[in-house]
Amino acid sequence: MQIQELGIAVLWTFLYGYLIVASIDFGAGFFAFYSRYTKRDHLVNRLVKRYLSPTWEVTNVFFVFFFVGIVGFFPDTAYYYGTALLVPASVVLILLAIRGSFYAFANYGSKESTLYMFLYGATGLLIPASMSTVLTVSQGGFITETENGVFFDGAKLFTNFYSWTVVILAIVSVLYISAMFLLFYADKARDQNAVELVRKWALFWSVPTIIASGLVFFGLKSQAAWHYESILGGNWWWFAMSFLFFVIAVSFVYMKRNYGIAFLMVMGQFFMAWFGYGYSHLPYILYPYIDINGSVVNESMAVALVIVFILGLLLLVPALYLLLRLFLFDNDYVRGKRSSGKA
Amino acid sequence: MFQDPVLMSRALTALTLGFHVIFATLGVGVPLLILLAEFLGIRKKDPKYTLMARRWSRGYVVTVAVGVVTGTAIGLQLSLLWPNLMRVAGQTIALPLFMETFAFFFEAIFLGIYLYTWDRFKNPWHHMLLGIPVAVGALFSGFFITTVNSFMNQPVGFDIVDGRLANVSPLEAMFSPAMPTKMAHVLTSAILTSAFILAAIAAVQLLRQRRNQLDKMSIEYHKKGLRLTMTVALIFAIATALVGDFSGKYLAKYQPDKLAAAEWHFETSSEAELILGGWLEDDGQGGYEVRGALKIPYALSILAGGVPNYEVTGLNEFAKEDQPPLFVHYLFDAMVGIGMLLALISFLFVLGRYIKRLNQFSKPMLFAIAAGGPLAMAAIEFGWFFAEFGRQPWALYELMRTSEAATTSANVGWMLVAFAILYAVLGTVTVVVLSRLFKENPVGKELKQSEHRGEAMFADEV
Ligand code: HDD
Ligand code: HEM
Ligand code: HEM
Repeated sequence: MQIQELGIAVLWTFLYGYLIVASIDFGAGFFAFYSRYTKRDHLVNRLVKRYLSPTWEVTNVFFVFFFVGIVGFFPDTAYYYGTALLVPASVVLILLAIRGSFYAFANYGSKESTLYMFLYGATGLLIPASMSTVLTVSQGGFITETENGVFFDGAKLFTNFYSWTVVILAIVSVLYISAMFLLFYADKARDQNAVELVRKWALFWSVPTIIASGLVFFGLKSQAAWHYESILGGNWWWFAMSFLFFVIAVSFVYMKRNYGIAFLMVMGQFFMAWFGYGYSHLPYILYPYIDINGSVVNESMAVALVIVFILGLLLLVPALYLLLRLFLFDNDYVRGKRSSGKA
Repeated sequence: MFQDPVLMSRALTALTLGFHVIFATLGVGVPLLILLAEFLGIRKKDPKYTLMARRWSRGYVVTVAVGVVTGTAIGLQLSLLWPNLMRVAGQTIALPLFMETFAFFFEAIFLGIYLYTWDRFKNPWHHMLLGIPVAVGALFSGFFITTVNSFMNQPVGFDIVDGRLANVSPLEAMFSPAMPTKMAHVLTSAILTSAFILAAIAAVQLLRQRRNQLDKMSIEYHKKGLRLTMTVALIFAIATALVGDFSGKYLAKYQPDKLAAAEWHFETSSEAELILGGWLEDDGQGGYEVRGALKIPYALSILAGGVPNYEVTGLNEFAKEDQPPLFVHYLFDAMVGIGMLLALISFLFVLGRYIKRLNQFSKPMLFAIAAGGPLAMAAIEFGWFFAEFGRQPWALYELMRTSEAATTSANVGWMLVAFAILYAVLGTVTVVVLSRLFKENPVGKELKQSEHRGEAMFADEV
């Protein structure tokens, strides 16, 4: 494996991590608001809180890691995407800022406020929607380079049908992933009422998830033929596996058993789709301007980044394990038998 | 003006960083003070210190949250507003930026654990141990980001061959000549400021003790807090001033234009005098005349080189278009002035322990401490604005101009407006939330509860 392949694999893996943990967080925000709105918040909100409170900042770092890492490994991304995406990325930043801080305000600060919950829930859907448009942009056709610099055709993106199918896929997947996780967590907490409610959400959102996936897949043909052909030419099996994982996950939930394994299957489903998408997208990071071979950082920096990454993992993995052990795998904590121990 | 991407990018960078640095500074300093209080609480078996650690960490989470979201903003804005700069920075200085994310990870993970495990362990030392990675992670994030800024001031660690970067050495770029003084000054001033902010809160409580009808225990609590924070403040005020002096020597050697602009030192000369305050008037020959300033003989030579006959480079050695703006003089004076004042306040307070006549808790003393908190934060802002404006017109010193670094997008002005509104809202709500948080849980009430249960508790909603 060459160093640029290693680099992109690492970054893509962290983005996958963000996809999972952030979806749980984003979706939970929406469900928390929705159940408060329908006056059922007593059923799930404690559960949501118990998981999210200690972990939300960690979720954010996955995102920071990705955008810092990609500028390090492929500095051209800063130039092209940075110039082109000023407005959409600023919108994402503002939404993230509102979300993160108002979560803290509501949770650590004063008493609960429905306004704070609304901001938290609404941003949870808007952020993945706007982030997902970067995937569409990367397929090419929206950013062009001329002698006067790099330009972004925002109007074209906004009126593009394919781009909207990606947005819809992003939103419904967030709700699906989140519901599947909460189901597992509620079951672990032996909270029967919550399990029943959340199970309905999980089943409900699985349908649009799979429909939207199909739409995006076939929409690719007219939007980015180069990518579609790359998938059909030997990379289709990733997506077949993904579908298989989906069927297993939903079947378990339907049969009301093995919620833990069902969530693992969901992670597998998105793992396959995510890496199949990414692998068939290579070598391009931005079609046709940035490809990983042409725009990789100089060798000494690349080596230094890889070394730091390995050392960093040695530090990070035990720490993450400790976090999960205390808040995810500790049955007493999950069931709320321990006092929260909050400062 | 609104259409000028360079100007708007500068303004938006200044706005975001100016806002972020408030929380970043507290983020570096406060965990250390929390650890110290928790340590004293366990060591002296004094629940007041333990409660102090708990209350500080409760406020700290709120400020961390704003630090995290504004930090995320600036991290991405660097690429959005300065794409050309980051294309070069990616090749040369990406290493510490990347390391910083690991420091964030580390800090974030242990902060989550630290905050939610106050009552999980039988042995209180175990909980304190979990706080150490938080403080270490915070110090390291401050350290790594400062190396990036040092590189902008002294870009080294690469060659330029035929207009392209070659022979990049990431470690050399990270440990640039600007790094040692910058890092030390940023970290010491952050701890000084955090200590003063916490002290100011306690001082305000003591000033209002009558109106808020504080009981004896609460008064004792705040006095303990003051003694702790002011001792730390004294140590780090001295350290900050010492390192600030080294920073001056660094500037004289490597960025003489910045020092000359800060001191309105136009002609190269030895036995240079330090200029405090004042204003500039045209001397009719294209130069300036300094008016109304307090001049301290030899002091600039001593600051720059350690000896009175050191030769200090004047601003006239530099081409007009390479000179930094001259108003940085006021920023520098304000920072140094506040630094001296903070050292004096904390010195008098600590001295009051040994000299009975100097009442530590007299009204004037408490007022001075209460003012010291905001002043210290102002010094941080002055210092950064001085350092950053003083580097102009360079984004990378003598390598890339700010105007070449910026984006070409025409929409930066609107983004500036949007972020200004965002920070105004965040700032306001932060203050409201923090003050409500502590008003609803007065110290007295919490102290009584902790006597009952042998520990301090928060209304537990789970
Ligand atoms: C509480 C805050 C505080 C206080 C009291 C001081 N400083 Fe400072 N100073 C900073 C906070 C700061 C800072 C915010 O940390 C800066 C901005 C950029 C940097 O590297 O540190 C800074 C920069 C800075 C620089 C420019 C360094 C550079 O551009 O590379 C110099 C020469 C000094 N300081 C000197 C001093 C002196 C002689 C002080 C005497 C008391 C002093 N500072 C007090
Ligand atoms: C003197 C300048 C700075 C200092 C001392 C500093 C320090 C810190 C600290 C201590 C935090 C953790 C938040 C907290 O615990 O309160 C933080 C957050 C953050 N900072 Fe800064 N910072 C500075 C400038 C910058 C700059 C220029 C960037 C952009 C590269 C940046 C990027 C970030 C990011 C992305 C976060 C959020 C990390 C997370 O998601 O957990 N900071 N900063
Ligand atoms: C946190 C405290 C900081 C403050 C208050 C601050 C303030 C400013 C200001 C006022 C400017 C505009 C200067 C001008 O254009 O005249 C600026 C520019 C800039 N700063 Fe800083 N800065 C801080 C720290 C940092 C750090 C740690 C970094 C590096 C990672 C950094 C990177 C930049 C960049 C890239 C620019 C734009 C290029 C330039 O104007 O030279 N800043 N900052």
